Amino acid sequence: MSDDTNENTAADEPRGEGARPARVVGTPSPAAGHRVLAAQEDDLRPAPGAADDYAAPAGAGAELDEKAARRAERIVSAFFLLTFLASVGFIVYFIGWSGRDGGMHGVVRTRESNFWLGGLMALAFLAMAAGVTIWVRRLMTSAPIIQERHELRTAEADREGFGAAFMEGARDSGITKHKMMRRTLLLAAAPLGLAPLFLLRDLGPLPEKRLRTTFWGEAVAKAQKEGKKGVRLVVDGTNAPLKVSDFASPGGMITVLPEGIEEDLPEGDVLTQTAKAVTILINVPADEFKPAKGRENWHVNGIVAYSKICTHVGCPAALYEQTTHHILCPCHQSTFDATDAAKVVFGPAARPLPQLPLGVEDGYLVATSDFHEPIGPSFWERG
Amino acid sequence: MSDTTAPKAVEGGLNFLDDRLGSTTFLKRNLKKVFPDHWSFMLGEIALYCFIILLLTGTFLTLWFKPSMTEVIYDGSYTKLDGVKMSEAYASTLHITFDVRGGLLMRQIHHWAAVLFMASILAHMLRVFFTGAYRKPRELNWLIGIGMFTLGMLEGLFGYSLPDDLLSGTGLRITQGVAEAIPLVGTYIYMFLFGGEFPGEDIVPRLFTLHILLIPALILGLVTAHMMIMWHQKHTAMPVRNQTEEQVYGYPFYPVFMAKTGAYFLFTFGVLALLGAFAQINPIWLFGPYDPGAISAGSQPDWYMGVLEGALRLMPNWEITAWGHTLSLNVLIPALIPLGIIFGGAAAWPFIEQWVTGDKRLHHVNDRPRNAPVRTGVGMAAVTFYGLLWLAGANDVLADKFHVSLYATTWFFRFAIFIGPVLAYILTKRICLGLQRSDRATIEHGVESGVILMSPDGAYSERHEPARAEERHVILSKENPRPERPAVDANGIPAPSTKGPVGHLRSRLNRAWIADDVPIEDVGHDGHGHGNGNGHAAIEAGEDHREISKH
Repeated sequence: MSDDTNENTAADEPRGEGARPARVVGTPSPAAGHRVLAAQEDDLRPAPGAADDYAAPAGAGAELDEKAARRAERIVSAFFLLTFLASVGFIVYFIGWSGRDGGMHGVVRTRESNFWLGGLMALAFLAMAAGVTIWVRRLMTSAPIIQERHELRTAEADREGFGAAFMEGARDSGITKHKMMRRTLLLAAAPLGLAPLFLLRDLGPLPEKRLRTTFWGEAVAKAQKEGKKGVRLVVDGTNAPLKVSDFASPGGMITVLPEGIEEDLPEGDVLTQTAKAVTILINVPADEFKPAKGRENWHVNGIVAYSKICTHVGCPAALYEQTTHHILCPCHQSTFDATDAAKVVFGPAARPLPQLPLGVEDGYLVATSDFHEPIGPSFWERG
Repeated sequence: MSDTTAPKAVEGGLNFLDDRLGSTTFLKRNLKKVFPDHWSFMLGEIALYCFIILLLTGTFLTLWFKPSMTEVIYDGSYTKLDGVKMSEAYASTLHITFDVRGGLLMRQIHHWAAVLFMASILAHMLRVFFTGAYRKPRELNWLIGIGMFTLGMLEGLFGYSLPDDLLSGTGLRITQGVAEAIPLVGTYIYMFLFGGEFPGEDIVPRLFTLHILLIPALILGLVTAHMMIMWHQKHTAMPVRNQTEEQVYGYPFYPVFMAKTGAYFLFTFGVLALLGAFAQINPIWLFGPYDPGAISAGSQPDWYMGVLEGALRLMPNWEITAWGHTLSLNVLIPALIPLGIIFGGAAAWPFIEQWVTGDKRLHHVNDRPRNAPVRTGVGMAAVTFYGLLWLAGANDVLADKFHVSLYATTWFFRFAIFIGPVLAYILTKRICLGLQRSDRATIEHGVESGVILMSPDGAYSERHEPARAEERHVILSKENPRPERPAVDANGIPAPSTKGPVGHLRSRLNRAWIADDVPIEDVGHDGHGHGNGNGHAAIEAGEDHREISKH
C-alpha cells in the first residue's frame, strides 16, 4: 500500500511571538510536561506542543513529573479495575439473577435485566475508554512527528512502460489481430450476461388483471349465485355481519370486510386479500350527503362505503373527522370528503377513494358488486 | 525485555508471517504512520465503529430471528398478545425481546447503532464537504462515501421492516406504493419484489437475505476500500502550523493513535450500550403485528428516511392520465428528485468545482469553510433543502406540538423548500465574506491588546498587537483566487477554454466563484506588504514557507 520512506523527524518548532499562551488547534499533545524520557534530551527547549497544553502544568520539574505520572497511573488503573468489576458484575448478574424462576417472563423482568446487563456493559466500556484516554494523555511520551507526503502519481516513464506492456500483451494474445475471434467472443458474452436475469423471472407472477379486482367481486358473485342480492359486510376484528340498525347513528365510522374472507380463502391469502378489500363504512348525515352522479343508489340512508386503501401510496386512510366529514390518511395527510364521493380536498393523493355499492338484504348491509375501479395507489396500466 | 527488541511472543508471530509474506517491511513502515489531530476527524470513526457494532449485535439477533411470514398464534412471555395471530417474524422478535436474556438489549443497541451509523456518516460527509477534503486526490473516497450512505438507507429500511410489526408493515406498504408508481415496469417490480400481491409471504425472507448478507457485504467491501485509500493517500490536515501539502504532522499510529482510536471504539460502544439500556427504541410489542387495515397517527420512519417521507407529504397531487396510462407525478417526483439532487449533486460536486475553478492540483491541507464562500453557501443550501424535507416528514408532529394547522405546515414547506436554500446560500456567503474581512483586519491591524494608551493631548486609544503566529498561520492559509486569464486577449482572440456556450458558462461560473473574495496578504509585522507578483499568492508565515502556486 503506502510506500513511505519513513522519514520521521521530531518536530522542532521554536515558539516565539511573545509570552501569550498559544491557543490550541487540534487535540492538545499527550503528556506534554510529563515527558519523563524526553526531558533528558531536550531540556533546553520546550517540548513540542508544550505551550499548547492547557491540561499539563507548565514548567513542572522532573520530580513532579514522576509524582504526576504515578498519580495518573493510579487513576488509569482505577478505571481499569472498574471495568473489571463491571464485567464480572455482568456475568454474576447473568448467572445468579437473570435466570431466577426460569427466565424473564414478561415486561417487568425484561426491563430489570435490560437495565442491569446494559448498565454494567456500558459501565465496563466507558470506564475502559476513560482509562485508555487518560493513559494516552498523561502517560504516553510519544512526540508529534512529521512525515513527508509522497507524490501519488506514478512516474511518467512507468506509465509509458505500462502502456507499452499492455499493448505488447494485447499483441501477443492475438486479440487485436484475429478479428473474427474477437467479435465472436463479444457476441458470445452478450447473451451469457443476460441469461441470469431470466432466472429472476419466477420471483413473482405477472401483474395481469390482479390489481383491478378485490375479494368483494368474488364474494358478491358467489352470493348472487346462491340467489342473494350481495355479500354481507362483516366488521373487521369480530367478523360479525352488520345490520343497518346497528350502524344507524350519523357520524360513525367502522372498518368492514366481505363475509367469508377468513373462512373461504387459504390461510396464506387472507392477509393479502384483506390488504385490498379493507373498506370503511361511514354514516353521513342525510342533509349533507351529496351522492355522485350514477351512484345515487350506492348508499343506504347515508351509509357509504369507500376503500380504506389510500390512492396515494396505500396506507390505510383510517382517520375520520366527524364535524367536517373528512377522511384523513395519517401517512401523508391526503384528505378526502366523505360527503362528496371521497373527493380529494388536500394532500398528495390524486384520486378519490373508490366507492363500494351498498344495498340492504334482510336488514343486513350488503355489497352489490366489487369496486368499479382499481383500489389503492395509481399504476402505469391503470388508465 | 530489552529496549530495542520486541518480546518473543510478538517477534515469533511476526517472523512466522514475515517468512511467508514478507510483511515486516510494511508493518515497520506503517507502525509510526502519522495521524493529524482534529476533533472533526473522529466523525467517520464513529460510523466505522457503529458498523462493527451492527455486525456483532446483528449476528446475535439472527441466532433467534425467524424470517418467515407464516402465521402463528402467539403463546409466549408477553401475555398481552397471547392468542393473537401474527407472523413468525413478529413472534420471534417478541421471543428475542422477552425470552432471550440480553435480547432486548441487543435489539436496542442494534437499532441505536443503525441510527447513529447514518447520523455519523452524514456528519462526516458534512465535515469533508465544508473543509474541501473531497478535492483531488480524494474524489474516489467521496464517491465511496456517498455509496455507503445510500446503501445504509436501504439497509436501514430493510432492517426495520423485518420484525413485521404494524409500523414496519406500513413502511413496506409505502415502499410498495412507490414501486407501483414507476412508469412502464412499476407493477412488475412490485409483483417480483413481493412475490405476488402485497404483503404476500415472501417479502420478509427476501429482505432478510438482503439485510444480513448482500448489503452488509457491499458496505464491508466499500469500508475496506475507503480505509485502504485513506491510509494510502494519508489523511488530510487542517491548515495549522506544520501541516503543508508536502508533509503531515501529528502523533504516530503506534502507540498514540492506536490507543486513542481503541478508546474511541469503547466510547462508542459504551454510549450505545447506555442508550440500549435506558432509552427505549422501536418497542414493537406496543405496535402489534402488521394488519393492512390498521395504522396509528404519527407513524414515522427512522430519521434517515424522513427526507423521502417529507418529500411525499408536501408534493401537490399531480397525476397525468393519457392514452390509457397513468403517470403518478405525485409519487415519482418526491421519490426521485430530492434525493437525486442531493446524492447526484454531491457526487458530481468535486468534478464541477474542479471544472469551474480550473484547479487540478492535489490538496492535502483543508480549506477553512469561510475561504470558499460559494462552496460553503451551496453546502448550506443543500443542508437547508435536506433539513426542510426532513422536517416536512414530521409535519403532523410539528402541527400537533406547535398547535398550528396541519395544512398550514404543508403549505409552509411547499414554499420554504424553494426559498430556504436560496436564503441560506446568500446568508452563508455573506457570513463567509464577513469572516474573511475580519481575518484581513487581524492580519493588517493585529488584535486588541486591552492596553489603553493616553496620548499627550488626552486622547485614548487601544494598542493593537500582532496576532499570534499560530493564528496568523491559520488565517494566511487562505489561498487568494487568481484572476482567470482574460477571455479575450490583446488581439481580440478569445481563449480556447472560453469559446462556445460551455466555455462561456464556465467563465461566468468562475467569476462567480471568486467574486467578492477578500484577498488577505501577509503585510508583515511592520505593516509593509511583501511583494506578490503575477497574481500568484505566495503565502509566507514566519519561518514556515509554503508554496501553493505550483501547477
